[in-house]
Amino acid sequence: MEGLLSLAVKAVFVENLALSFFLGMCTFIAVSKKISTALGLGISVMLVQAITVPTNNLLLTYLLAPGALAWAGFPNVDLTFLGLICYIGVIAAMVQILEMVLDKFFPPLYNALGVFLPLITVNCAILGGSLFMVERDYNIAESVTYGLSSGFGWALAITAMAGVREKLKYSDIPDGLQGLGITFITAGLMALAFMSFSGVKL
Amino acid sequence: MAQTKRDLLIDPLVDNNPITLQVLGICSALAVTSSLQVAFVMALAVTAVTGFSSMFISVLRNQIPGSIRIIVQMVIIASLVIIVDQVLKAYAYEVSKTLSVFVGLIITNCIVMGRAEAFAMKNPPIDSFIDGVGNGLGYGALLLVVGFIRELFGAGSLFGVTILPTVNNGGWYVPNGMLLLPPSAFFIIGLLIWAVRAWKPEQVEEREYKIQVVEGH
Repeated sequence: MEGLLSLAVKAVFVENLALSFFLGMCTFIAVSKKISTALGLGISVMLVQAITVPTNNLLLTYLLAPGALAWAGFPNVDLTFLGLICYIGVIAAMVQILEMVLDKFFPPLYNALGVFLPLITVNCAILGGSLFMVERDYNIAESVTYGLSSGFGWALAITAMAGVREKLKYSDIPDGLQGLGITFITAGLMALAFMSFSGVKL
Repeated sequence: MAQTKRDLLIDPLVDNNPITLQVLGICSALAVTSSLQVAFVMALAVTAVTGFSSMFISVLRNQIPGSIRIIVQMVIIASLVIIVDQVLKAYAYEVSKTLSVFVGLIITNCIVMGRAEAFAMKNPPIDSFIDGVGNGLGYGALLLVVGFIRELFGAGSLFGVTILPTVNNGGWYVPNGMLLLPPSAFFIIGLLIWAVRAWKPEQVEEREYKIQVVEGH
């Protein structure tokens, strides 16, 4: 249990997907102009991340890993090279299913998140989460924790960023730095702040 | 087509750079720039994937039904990335270990998808291939500049060869460890964007709010 808790804290603060691995940067920069939209997107990412990471973990354990097909009578088959194409397929399918379920059972939530869900398929934070899960050999309990907390970390980062940018637009910025440039520098400062959770290692 | 093939290749390098202007593909770019060798391999991999995926998608563009085109593009891109991944594992195992998940993340790199959707679906294969390679190179150029700055001043070396002998090894240069950490990549890209826009003022973005001096009183 303690192990899972420390994994969660690590995934939210120390190894924040957006600020220390630069994942989901395109959306992070593009959709962080208003707090309300940023929050909506953040929640969708958290939801999708919490579903896809454990699903891909099951897929890896029972279909792709070396010897995983022993239950079907193929103990020598190793399908790990098909991993990438399977994970992206699972993510696309999951997003589609989530969209349909939300539309049917939770229409208000669907209307709030609707625009962002399709975007999430090509968000690298989602695929990145699954790939980190594979690389670090997480088991199913760790996958659930990691999916949920890394999604939460991403949501936290984009909401904070949107808060800063809402104020930032009133400030007097040099012409060339306007827009994209200053956004990057702000993100850099935020990344520095997040690094202090681990103590800066030089 | 008003654009010549040469324009297709040269244009994305500075005038229409995928990172500084189109805001595409920043995702997997920054994390791999802490050393020049890794940045170089990554740039090469992305250029290859962008070029070939644009070409294949363009060859198939009249056969792909509009409603499932995203899935078809995804499958083509994912297959190419798997090939690149396997090649790297076979011939450059050390580098592929350092790149870790970022090779796989080329799939979701918006440059690849963006060029497929914006250019390859409407243009013939050769043009699409050149456009893909051009955008890959534009991405690569920025990656190499950032990698150059970070490795030279962060570790005092280039491609692993010592240029500025560091204090630890009996030299004179005190390395700036900060440059090897993630936040510095944000600063360097931000400043690079500033530099490019100071050179090409037409790329400057409009202000949302203007400070006005009220006359009188």
